[in-house]
Amino acid sequence: MRALLHPLAKPLVFALAIGPFVWLVWGAFTDALGPNPAETLIRSTGEMALRLLCVTLAVTPLRVMTGWPALARFRRMLGLFTFFYAVVHLLSYSAFDMEFVLADIAADIVKRPFILVGMLAFALLLPLALTSFNRAIRALGAARWQALHRAVYAIAPLAVLHFFWMRAGKSDFADVAIYGGILVVLLGWRVWRWLR
Amino acid sequence: MLIRTRGTHDDGFIHPLASEITPRAAYEGRREWMKRVAAGAAGTALAAWAARDVLASTPAPGKLAALPGGRSSVAGAYTMEKLTDYKDASTYNNFYEFGTDKADPAKNAHTLKTRPWTVEIEGLVKKPQTLGIDDLLKLSAQEERIYRLRCVEGWSMVIPWVGYSLNELIKRVGPLGSAKFVEFHTLADRKTMPFVGSPVLEWPYVEGLRLDEAQHPLTLLTFGMYGEVLPNQNGAPVRLVVPWKYGFKSGKSIVKIRFTDKEPRTAWVKSAPQEYGFYSNVNPEVSHPRWSQATERRIGDDGGLFAKKRKTLMFNGYEPQVGQMYAGMDLKKFY
Repeated sequence: MRALLHPLAKPLVFALAIGPFVWLVWGAFTDALGPNPAETLIRSTGEMALRLLCVTLAVTPLRVMTGWPALARFRRMLGLFTFFYAVVHLLSYSAFDMEFVLADIAADIVKRPFILVGMLAFALLLPLALTSFNRAIRALGAARWQALHRAVYAIAPLAVLHFFWMRAGKSDFADVAIYGGILVVLLGWRVWRWLR
Repeated sequence: MLIRTRGTHDDGFIHPLASEITPRAAYEGRREWMKRVAAGAAGTALAAWAARDVLASTPAPGKLAALPGGRSSVAGAYTMEKLTDYKDASTYNNFYEFGTDKADPAKNAHTLKTRPWTVEIEGLVKKPQTLGIDDLLKLSAQEERIYRLRCVEGWSMVIPWVGYSLNELIKRVGPLGSAKFVEFHTLADRKTMPFVGSPVLEWPYVEGLRLDEAQHPLTLLTFGMYGEVLPNQNGAPVRLVVPWKYGFKSGKSIVKIRFTDKEPRTAWVKSAPQEYGFYSNVNPEVSHPRWSQATERRIGDDGGLFAKKRKTLMFNGYEPQVGQMYAGMDLKKFY
């Protein structure tokens, strides 16, 4: 697939990934985020983080199955966008739900298991983002870097559990099932390869 | 005006010095200034009051049939806060029969048929009966009530409802001495309500009140909002509004009212007893197991995204009117 190597391929993926964020910022300042803009912002950024996590985890299976090694060029950017949306998600929650009161956030982590799980997922995601550049890979050595980045296999289930518990109040698991199903396939494929 | 006397004179009348008399312009100015201060302090409230009267006579949205409500004399019937936009109040709804996303009911509820419509009144009453919606509408004078609405999810609105105290209907049917509770059954029609049958809740959605709560004058049998009949997604053609309880206690599209001697098993108590209690009074001090109820986000507050959350009030601000019904009760236990 020569298109994957086109000089505009990366900018295009970048534009697609940043698009929802641009729309949300635009909506926030033009009052286009519906009756409860804070809720819209918190939920959409969380869902975008989960979507990009799925897309990031799909890169390797797709690369192997299609035999298009060039797909790997996009993995870091997609991973960093996952982190980016997770940061905006966490900041939106901290700002609009908690008004940046650290004591309230701490109390919320203790009180609500789904917040705790979300925070855990973010804590695991942070070192991956911080070691995503080439010099960090060299400094750590490829083996150790890869071992560290396998944390994504813990982050993904935590993210879905976070989503599941958030929706548990309404017993409304249709969307959760979709993301859960996708992750079962993506992680299951890895287990299957490893066992083979 | 300063009136001073000086010394004693024997000319029969004590005159102040001309220089000590407060000039007319000065004292009139002072009085004008005092009036302005008083008006300023009361001004905000007066302006809101005036706006209420205007609103009662001029229905805002112009979307549905007009249903004007007269002034209510019930204590607590009018909050002075800014009304939520009709658009927000009619597009951000929880009505699970039409979907669990808050935008779903406005999209899906057009299938609801609100005529013909009857409400069955049964159970422990002297005169069980079935009332058509037109008879219900005429049963008592329609009043406007501007209530705060606090959702258990942590958001709130201010809505001008139109209806009359449920107690008017209760007096008509005469509860027996053995009646202690009232159950409200809402419509569960698979043909017109796409999400009836989904595993989220047991259908039909049943809510309930203690008899004295149902008889409280603030408990409103509601037919309209913003001077018009209810939009389908807000619970047309008839719903309940209990302003001091979380919104889910106020059943929508009611088809049956039953008087019983047992505490009703309500939909949310059946679905998640550890999270929802029968009373579900708005109470900032009793947290939901998964979130705090101390604050709320007022939909449409100035500043939009950046508006500060508000402190939630005990009984949603209706404590003076309803607090005595719960005197001596442990509200942490009976949540």
